[in-house]
Amino acid sequence: MGWRPTATIESLRHRARIYRRIRAFFEAREFLEVDTPLLSGTTNTDAQIASMRAHNQGQELYLQTSPEFAMKRLLAAGSGSIYQICHAFREAEKGRRHQPEFTLLEWYRIGYDYHALMDQMENLIDLLSERTNSFQRRSYRNILIEHTDVDINSIQLPALRTRTRELVPGTDTSTLDFDQCLDLLISMVVSPGLQGYVFVYDYPVSQAALARVSAINPKVAERFELFYNDLELANGFSELIDAKQQRRRFEMDNSRRQSKGLPQYPVDEQLLAALESGMPECAGVALGLDRLLMVLQGLDCIDQTLSFPH
Amino acid sequence: MASFSTNEFRSGLKVMIDGDPCAIIENEFVKPGKGQAFNRVKIRNLKTGRVLDKTFKSGESLDAADVINIDMQYLYSDGEFWHFMVPDSFEQHAADANAVADSYLWLKAQDSCEVTLYNGNPIAITPPNFVELEVSDTDPGLKGDTAQGGTKPATLETGAVVKVPLFLEIGEVVRVDTRSGEYMSRVKK
Repeated sequence: MGWRPTATIESLRHRARIYRRIRAFFEAREFLEVDTPLLSGTTNTDAQIASMRAHNQGQELYLQTSPEFAMKRLLAAGSGSIYQICHAFREAEKGRRHQPEFTLLEWYRIGYDYHALMDQMENLIDLLSERTNSFQRRSYRNILIEHTDVDINSIQLPALRTRTRELVPGTDTSTLDFDQCLDLLISMVVSPGLQGYVFVYDYPVSQAALARVSAINPKVAERFELFYNDLELANGFSELIDAKQQRRRFEMDNSRRQSKGLPQYPVDEQLLAALESGMPECAGVALGLDRLLMVLQGLDCIDQTLSFPH
Repeated sequence: MASFSTNEFRSGLKVMIDGDPCAIIENEFVKPGKGQAFNRVKIRNLKTGRVLDKTFKSGESLDAADVINIDMQYLYSDGEFWHFMVPDSFEQHAADANAVADSYLWLKAQDSCEVTLYNGNPIAITPPNFVELEVSDTDPGLKGDTAQGGTKPATLETGAVVKVPLFLEIGEVVRVDTRSGEYMSRVKK
């Protein structure tokens, strides 16, 4: 086992430069930089995300999977627009593009919706990459039709399973549900066909996460992801600010967890109380900084961007 | 029987897939940030040699395959089976044509090769990367034509046919790369 860092010193200098530019970008736009705790007594109920545990004097704690809940409590408390650069932790996520501990830039802009936030994100990416890039925007439904001939508005589960098996050979799709088939198609068929920076937006409501449902089309949530080629870089929303709906989504997460035999978590009552007291309309996004560095430095593996990967 | 979860998958691991012993060649973790995690795995079926892609939901497990590779000495063929011996124990194993496949073209008595045993039975034979075999038939050699670089077919003592330089004669020994079936050099006796 070598003691030396995995990233080159040059890469670490580049990372530091990126951080300075991010801070300058948000400073110029009068965002407040915040620093919320990595440890929390409650955690993300999302059934697709596993939390790591920690202990302090008999108290069970979790390492944050994202700073979202804490940042939303600040928003509800009147912080105004905020951003944070921090680490997030996700159990068992390890691969060429995954590390169980990784770096996020997360920001919330008061008064924006998701499309305005995508505009702002384009400006940030141009600044960080030191060039003017072209960005495409494609709805989830259209990009899926284009690459797989699957129309989520009409296809039924049996046909979706058949199509998924055709497009991703060697997959037993009989145990996959609707969204799992879609996840596999996005990962294995759609994203490998993307070129350059592409925003995919209007995710199906079943994948709304913490995005608000579109007022125009109740089948979609105002959620987007940014890809560079086949690499997923960021995930953002027009934020859900309705406490009752938020509670229902937490409960749905937990029933999904139960059906998968995963541990269920108490819902974050402090977040719900914050939403109850009134969180301003805003849009927020989390950008994976290690992956952005992979893109900017032309690296193939996330480990190469980190001083000491796990 | 031991089993392996997707997070233990790594190159070289031997597992059972669809009833056949397979070796993992590549394992890629694939997961949308807010979606289902999968492992996309490239495997080699150790019985057929075929390479396939498979998808597993992360967290799924596969049974370990009782597969080992042992260096053995090739003894002889009786027409139906090829017989091999473990040098230390003198234990003998008979491999059928399915297990030997095309490897018989490179098997010479006394040579050492790798035998893959599944539940104790040979399922694959891997000859050494390089073997030295005598030319049993070829057109007459053309003296002084060493620089031209032309080739002609030569049949070797095992029945393999390889392209050799024009100057080679019957009875000479050649070194062959068994992975490509290509002639490497003439071996001076």
